[in-house]
Amino acid sequence: MILARVVGSVVATRKDPRLEGKTLLVIKPVTPEGKDEAGYLVAVDTVSAGFKETVLAVSGSSARMAEGCKDKPVDTVIVAIVDGVSMDERPE
Amino acid sequence: MYLGRVVGRVWASVKNPALEGRPLLIVQPLTPELKPAGKRLVATDATGAGAGELVYWVRGREASFAFLPGEVPSDVSIVGIVDEIHVNRKKSADR
Repeated sequence: MILARVVGSVVATRKDPRLEGKTLLVIKPVTPEGKDEAGYLVAVDTVSAGFKETVLAVSGSSARMAEGCKDKPVDTVIVAIVDGVSMDERPE
Repeated sequence: MYLGRVVGRVWASVKNPALEGRPLLIVQPLTPELKPAGKRLVATDATGAGAGELVYWVRGREASFAFLPGEVPSDVSIVGIVDEIHVNRKKSADR
């Protein structure tokens, strides 16, 4: 799973009927420190995430195991809103 | 499966019900020589691994199989804590 920030939303009127009622958001991967990484993803939102929020996104066929995404044509799903990230001190 | 080290933790109170009660750890993938290999990832933990521990983890759909019969939407799971690694570093020319 990756950390990402919500940077936009996608509006689509014509879509696969199994995607009706699903919110599609544009997310940008970020490092644990909050720095942007390359690329963007479109993800189905299951937790009502908001603009600029840091979220946790799961990709691939595991994404369909999220509640509300069973047997739906999705491969990236937002499964949590991140409250905080704590990094351990480096051993060296 | 890959080697990695637990380098942090993610806190999330709002999450998909299928992830409820699953600890989320940040894993730094490593080479067998324990050098960093690629981006840090967020993993669900099936072993009770803690801070700084050397672990092995699995990616893809199989990551959720660690929690069967539960259906956990995870694509990176920690499935073992490493006790020791033995790597033969001899090059063929040294033999």
